[in-house]
Amino acid sequence: MECPVHEVKRVSVMTVKGRVDSDTAPKLEDKLKKLVDNEKTQIVLDLKDVEYMSSAGLRAMVSTLKAVKRINGDLRLCTPSPRVAEVLRLAGLTSIFNIYPSQNDAVGSF
Amino acid sequence: MSVPARYDRVKQVCAFVVDAAESAGLDETAVFHCQIAVDEACTNIIEHGYRGEDKGQIEAECRTEPGMATITIIDWAPPFDVTQVPDPSLDRPIEDAAIGGLGVFFMRKMMNEVTYHHKDGANRLVMVKRKTG
Repeated sequence: MECPVHEVKRVSVMTVKGRVDSDTAPKLEDKLKKLVDNEKTQIVLDLKDVEYMSSAGLRAMVSTLKAVKRINGDLRLCTPSPRVAEVLRLAGLTSIFNIYPSQNDAVGSF
Repeated sequence: MSVPARYDRVKQVCAFVVDAAESAGLDETAVFHCQIAVDEACTNIIEHGYRGEDKGQIEAECRTEPGMATITIIDWAPPFDVTQVPDPSLDRPIEDAAIGGLGVFFMRKMMNEVTYHHKDGANRLVMVKRKTG
């Protein structure tokens, strides 16, 4: 799993690639936490290259969402694959996360 | 197959199950469901059963017939019946979104049957997936 970050305007865009499971989710959560610790509170998580995500990945995203919400930020998602969209929906998270059909839409929403 | 109970070995169990589910003729979505269910089962065993990595083994067995895969996950942690874990409350505000119990919920939602037995010191979780349509 890789999750490089680039900045677009004042938004941090993290592009997650590969498999997010109990082995790799701690790395994702750690990188997201570093962004929040550095006061990057407008975050977009681009999920188009995520081939697989278990509940461990969802937990990392929810934990970050809670942290940024507390400091008036937001973690927004874009382009989940059908498989990732299914686990988000089953977990009831589609009503908690703002999810956009493109990275541009997600960045532009801030 | 048998692997040490470590998070970095779970995908090996998943790959084993994916191969079996594909050989049973399950469609792509059903194979994905098997993979998630097995991933969540193994993760729970490491986290809540053995309470950490490298504390025991996880064994997986697959029996297949056309259109059906029966997956058994075995561990030797203290007895714990995951089928008794209540479903998480999903219509809650973000402040309460704990995600606890979600793994078991996924197992239940994605598989046709999930049963648990404890015998001779082993936890045996049996999950069945049938082809849809």
